[in-house]
Amino acid sequence: MAGFILRRVLLLLPMLLGASLVVFLMLRLGPSDPAMDYLRLSKVPPTPQALEDARMMLGLDRPIMTQYLDWLGKAVRLDFGTSYATRRPVLPDLLHFLPATLQLAGVALALTIGLSVPLGIWAARYRERWPDHLVRLIAFIGVSMPNFWLGFLLVLLFSVHLGWLPAMGRGGLAHLVMPALAISFMSLAINARLLRASMLEAAGQPHVRYARLRGLPERRVEHAHVLRNAWLPVITAMGMHVGEMIGGTLIIESIFGWPGVGRYAVSAILNRDYPVIQCFTLAMVAIFMLCNLVVDIVYALADPRIRLSAEGVE
Amino acid sequence: MTDLPLHRSSERPSRRFLSRLAAPFAGRWPVRIALAVVALLLVAAVAGPWISPHDPDAIDLTQRLRGADAVHWLGTDHLGRDILSRLIAGVRVSLGVVALTLALILVLGIVVGGASGFIGGRTDQLIMRVTDVFLTFPTLVLALFMIGMLGTGLVNVVIAIALSHWAWYARIVRGIVLSLRHRDYLLAARLAGASRLRIFAAHLLPATLSQLLVLATLDIGHMMLHVSGLSFLGLGVAPPTAEWGVMIGDARQFVWTAPLLIFWPGLALFVSVMAFNILGDALRDRLDPHLRADHCH
Repeated sequence: MAGFILRRVLLLLPMLLGASLVVFLMLRLGPSDPAMDYLRLSKVPPTPQALEDARMMLGLDRPIMTQYLDWLGKAVRLDFGTSYATRRPVLPDLLHFLPATLQLAGVALALTIGLSVPLGIWAARYRERWPDHLVRLIAFIGVSMPNFWLGFLLVLLFSVHLGWLPAMGRGGLAHLVMPALAISFMSLAINARLLRASMLEAAGQPHVRYARLRGLPERRVEHAHVLRNAWLPVITAMGMHVGEMIGGTLIIESIFGWPGVGRYAVSAILNRDYPVIQCFTLAMVAIFMLCNLVVDIVYALADPRIRLSAEGVE
Repeated sequence: MTDLPLHRSSERPSRRFLSRLAAPFAGRWPVRIALAVVALLLVAAVAGPWISPHDPDAIDLTQRLRGADAVHWLGTDHLGRDILSRLIAGVRVSLGVVALTLALILVLGIVVGGASGFIGGRTDQLIMRVTDVFLTFPTLVLALFMIGMLGTGLVNVVIAIALSHWAWYARIVRGIVLSLRHRDYLLAARLAGASRLRIFAAHLLPATLSQLLVLATLDIGHMMLHVSGLSFLGLGVAPPTAEWGVMIGDARQFVWTAPLLIFWPGLALFVSVMAFNILGDALRDRLDPHLRADHCH
């Protein structure tokens, strides 16, 4: 198992390098000129002389691979440059906003798991009866609901009408409920249906029928024989949901005035503040990769076949 | 997601109330309603300017934030623009962006994925590594990055969303091409002297189309949500344009005073996305029963 984890962690390096190279090349080969944007954000008139100086200063006159290696050398030492707009180093600012975003996304993820698992089990247990239909209805609504609209509907109901929950800002648990629910609704709907489908598939396997024949209590069959196999596709799908959840968090933050990276990123994107865009994108990719790493490890823990083949045991 | 035949067999007279409430979503008539909604959307997209009661962009500050009445069926927004007219105008923007995006994705997916599977070898390896990199980005983050690089605006949104989704399609086309490339009928075509391009266009492409159609229909709703989400953030279609996400973004300051301003465009978006999802689901059950519940990104 340790070997599997180590190999999987080492695989992160080429993946991150690939992502950083693509991000770098696209920014540099893209249609706009960073020197121009630098001058605009510095409020310097773009005379030919000023453009020339800015190019020299930003290193844009050098070959592109040299620029990349230079950027990489600094990035390894956690220097992601300074923002064109604020003239402040990018990384400390990003790290300042990141914890709030991670908290919100983490709670949303917990909510997804915490609600979709019981819903999925419930739907599978009462297959083709009303709980199943109800979960199916929730799933259809969930995959079609714009998360930012759901956020507003929640505000309308719980803040404007009932006055139960605060509409804005970050504070205690009460502040987390609505944004986390808005972010996680789609994933929990998909996940519940996925768990139901995979439980029904697992329930048809011969070993489950054998367990029933042996006279094991139904709950025990469900727990020890059905769920253990039914988890696996759900765990894999979790990796995808994390990606959706990162995107959802960025949008939902803006509705609830959540002080996360969302607003920082949006203003950087509107300004074409390249160092910030680059650092933000790579940070999100890195978080996404780390989550998928965790997913893979959990999968290997849950499925002995993967674990053993990774250790070379046939 | 809907298991049509299974549901049929479970029809029982002693249904409970909730079951009756939710059952339509398992039966066949949601598909009919979805078709009707999509037809309505297409009509609104094509005939929008002729059927909308008012000019969607006409500002009239004397008529600000009016409730529903006989003149403005759904009321007016903070600039006195007719909401119903703006909703109708929004259909064209949403469907237009999604149609352009899908066309771009399908071309990219078929050309790149087809080339990858058909040529094989080093080319295949290289292309697959590139798609690997694209798949390591969460789609919305990649779209945001593209917008940061290209700037906001309708065309850039199309490019951003296409570039953040194409890798999935390329992989699927490649997979199908790989699974078919050693079939006898392809060998026969080659022996008959067909060129490689002809073999691809006449014998491999049609085999991929049904799966691509299913995927594309299932993705329409997903992409509409992305377009509106980006526009809501102010990073997609630019503000005076009547787009549903833009309308919600404009209306957010009135959430306490005029909540219906947010309600209507959101409802339009929700219903449209749901219609396309139901349709995609039905298509999947019809054309491709193997591709169930495992495509979510």
